[in-house]
Amino acid sequence: MDMDIVFKALADSSRRQLLDLLYQENGRTLGELCEHLDMSRQAVTKHLAVLEEANLVAVVWRGREKLHYLNPVPLQDIYERWIGKFERQRLHALHTLKTRLEEDDES
Amino acid sequence: MTSPKPQFVYVTYIQTTPEKVWAALQDPEMTRQFWGLHKNVSDWKPGSRWTHQDYETHEVRVTGQVLEAEPPKKLVLTWGWPEGRPGAEPPSRVTFLIEPFMGSVRLTVTHDELVEGGAMMKGISQGWPPILSSLKSLLETGQPLAMTTKRWGR
Repeated sequence: MDMDIVFKALADSSRRQLLDLLYQENGRTLGELCEHLDMSRQAVTKHLAVLEEANLVAVVWRGREKLHYLNPVPLQDIYERWIGKFERQRLHALHTLKTRLEEDDES
Repeated sequence: MTSPKPQFVYVTYIQTTPEKVWAALQDPEMTRQFWGLHKNVSDWKPGSRWTHQDYETHEVRVTGQVLEAEPPKKLVLTWGWPEGRPGAEPPSRVTFLIEPFMGSVRLTVTHDELVEGGAMMKGISQGWPPILSSLKSLLETGQPLAMTTKRWGR
């Protein structure tokens, strides 16, 4: 999955608001999402399509109802690329410090 | 009456084959790397028990029954804590759906029948995104995410 498309999908406050709504309550229909937004149904449909394309929203059909789910897996890829790496180094530094301190205790 | 709606749906697209995804969920040498130093043990036949165990100590962390197994397309499991664990919740249900998608694979993990706001729900909502991201990375590049190669902090 191309990361550009994830960032483009996130670079819009209405789309971020849609993700916020799904974060609060997952599996909502278009109608339920529209109730909370000051936007036309067509605009919401368009934004959801962009989020789906970026795999930030996953869709499940239940009968004739289309349910929308927040899918954080592409965000995890982004996290790992930049943040995860730095955190690992910090943890490594702490581990080294701990080992040294414990060695001092023994000597 | 319609079925209740799923609580969590996770999707990842992986540049690989359905057979490799199916095998990765069950191969201890793979799960060790992308699933926090754990392995999944079962004969993977419907009705059989399955356990999710620590790769090294074999301590059972999650267990349940294989409800459906249709290699390499669909695996449905019940998902709960081992018996006797304090604060036990009724088992939940996990579905792995592996579909070919434009030359790659779409893996959908659906987790439902979780106790709303319960400890298992909290745990899995933090667990699935890194596990699936790491599985994708491992199958595509041979490298898992570093955070999934060790046990989760508890």
